[in-house]
Amino acid sequence: MADGAAPVLDVRDLKTVFKTRAGSVHAVNSVSFSLKPGELLGVVGESGSGKSVTMMSLIGLIPSPPAQVTGDGVNFGGIDLLKASDDELRSIRGARIGFVFQDPMTSLNPVFTVGYQIMEPLRKHMGMDKRAARKRAVELLELVGIPDAERRLKDFPHQFSGGMRQRVMIAIALACDPEVLIADEPTTALDVTIQAQILELMHELREKLGMAVIWITHDLGVIAGIADRVLVMYGGQIVEHAPVRELFKHPRHPYTRALLKTVPSVRGEREERLEVIEGQPPILRAEPSSCSFAPRCPFAFEHCLRENPPRFDIGAGHDAACFYDFETGAPRSSATAMAKEEAQLDAG
Amino acid sequence: MLDDTKSNKVLVEVKDLKMHFPIHAGIFKKRVGEVKAVDGISFDIYEGETLGLVGESGCGKSTAGRAILRLYDITEGSVKIDGVEIGDTPQPNLRKMRPTMQMVFQDPQASLNPRMSVAAIIGEPLNEHSDMSKAEKREKVLSLMDQVGLNRDFANRYPHEFSGGQRQRIGIARALALNPKFIVCDEPIAALDVSIQAQVVNLLEDLQEEFGLTYLFISHDLSMVRHIADRVAVMYLGRVVELASRETLFSDPKHPYTQALLSAVPEPDPWLEEKVDRILLEGDVPSPSNPPKGCNFCTRCPQVMEICKTEEPPTVEIAPGHIAACHLYS
Ligand SMILES: Nc1ncnc2c1ncn2[C@@H]1O[C@H](COP(=O)(O)OP(=O)(O)O)[C@@H](O)[C@H]1O
Ligand SMILES: Nc1ncnc2c1ncn2[C@@H]1O[C@H](COP(=O)(O)OP(=O)(O)O)[C@@H](O)[C@H]1O
Ligand SMILES: [Mg+2]
Ligand SMILES: [Mg+2]
Repeated sequence: MADGAAPVLDVRDLKTVFKTRAGSVHAVNSVSFSLKPGELLGVVGESGSGKSVTMMSLIGLIPSPPAQVTGDGVNFGGIDLLKASDDELRSIRGARIGFVFQDPMTSLNPVFTVGYQIMEPLRKHMGMDKRAARKRAVELLELVGIPDAERRLKDFPHQFSGGMRQRVMIAIALACDPEVLIADEPTTALDVTIQAQILELMHELREKLGMAVIWITHDLGVIAGIADRVLVMYGGQIVEHAPVRELFKHPRHPYTRALLKTVPSVRGEREERLEVIEGQPPILRAEPSSCSFAPRCPFAFEHCLRENPPRFDIGAGHDAACFYDFETGAPRSSATAMAKEEAQLDAG
Repeated sequence: MLDDTKSNKVLVEVKDLKMHFPIHAGIFKKRVGEVKAVDGISFDIYEGETLGLVGESGCGKSTAGRAILRLYDITEGSVKIDGVEIGDTPQPNLRKMRPTMQMVFQDPQASLNPRMSVAAIIGEPLNEHSDMSKAEKREKVLSLMDQVGLNRDFANRYPHEFSGGQRQRIGIARALALNPKFIVCDEPIAALDVSIQAQVVNLLEDLQEEFGLTYLFISHDLSMVRHIADRVAVMYLGRVVELASRETLFSDPKHPYTQALLSAVPEPDPWLEEKVDRILLEGDVPSPSNPPKGCNFCTRCPQVMEICKTEEPPTVEIAPGHIAACHLYS
């Protein structure tokens, strides 16, 4: 997490458009961010806000057509992933960038044993022979806390419980010692008691292995407990970005502020009435030309309908895409273009 | 029920309710065992209150809700609604009771017929259970749409044209059509986006206030239950392990399972989150077709004692209105 260190992943102006017969969906709109070595970057947003498509786009997992993925570059250790060949991408995905998805049953192959599925990338990407791969597979299952690891290698995915399958997925993702782990809502389908186990495991793994992690979730509670830095997504854009405590203490985008107020908690004060965010999240049929949150925003004013706000740098590694300034309680004075450039440069 | 807006009248009385599903196997479909989805639960629900029912997936919440509404023929026990025993009432005779009790489901998509217009869906219960004229029915449907915040102009549209939150409003309007007293809400917000959940919860609260409704609110979302429920029952593997007022349950949980469950909920506040004392449970919930001997929770309980592995703990009232089934308190 050293501040000056070069990022392991640097995404510039990523855009993904789905061209379907029913029209276009602008799922990712000029997304820029970077991931520092060893940090956990939380990505939070409601369903449809573009979290999954962003991450899948940058490592070539979105089929094109129907999608069009463009951008100023996705720099991963000197390689631009947007220009990489399919073969290059495949080997990076198997080895240097690991993945964990929400539903392990869709990413695990039901007809192969768990042992085979962990050993396969080890043999393919690390050139291990069968014995070495087997030994490593046992180590990996032990690492993610699966009891009786040796014996369980020959079990099939359906023989594991939901929580244990997610551990298996994590073991597979970690098999080749990836520099980056992308976890897309890995605990959303799990019960809270099992989620707590997985989050604890994640804390341990980061301490032991030190890889950088992108953790997607819609749960602000999970973010509060696990993230170093947070991206808030809305309408396919990053609307706010800050270190985790800064974000919770000084949320500067009306959407983040509303989200923090609308979720109840099991501890502390109980609100008599829940705060409501009126309206619905948008589906973007065109590139945004105004603020996508404006129709639901109590602070929106004329400017918000005329221009899509850039990410304004507000110091302390914090930026927010909003024309309203909560510090002064008034619209921002219009030194906009500069702020945008700066925010983009500092987004790392 | 503790504050004065709620009455002391028991509307729903559940006693020793069991719902076991047979497991059949082999070519002769021999009965080889049973899933003890609900295995002897008892509680009262007071008129006008919301009883929250929480627990991990598979612990029997939905089955309990359906069994109470007699959507199943129950294995054992008694269910009284408004003083009338319906536990053993044959299905055809239940028809008269149906208007009093309704259900709102988790997945608004799956519970709405895609080929029916919104007006037809909401009005459907009226066809069967009322003798309103066509015009009266139409007026009732439109006023129901107003009540749940759906635009009347959309009465002739189809479910797929609505968002998840709006579809849940359609389901709620349909449940309200016959002026029920008691509604089982089975995970009504689980499929909705965070920003839409509060809209639906506030609507349910408003309707409760306006019509004096009584809710059984089933959810795995403990923070939402803390918001909406007056009292809360915690289920584990087919049993109620603890029941208390909302304040007591969340501030002073007694059963080791409740304590672990509450401690596992992440806190949307990094400062508080850091201070949460987590009780991590080992392993998974055992199968309800083969529950452990003694206390159901003994295989995962951090405070397990010898007696827990042999003897089922009795349910005791450890303080007025606070019930727990645990050997620590018996
Ligand atoms: N294959 C696809 N074709 C068309 N639209 C898609 C496709 N996949 C995703 N989308 C759209 O892209 C947007 C972003 O989706 P996604 O990244 O999955 O959201 P999130 O992960 O934040 O829930 C949504 O509006 C979704 O409907
Ligand atoms: N119709 C059924 N037949 C057999 N088993 C069932 C049936 N419905 C539910 N079950 C089982 O009963 C248990 C409780 O399920 P359910 O009531 O749906 O739990 P919850 O709603 O708490 O997630 C589960 O093990 C489930 O598989
Ligand atoms: Mg997603
Ligand atoms: Mg259920």
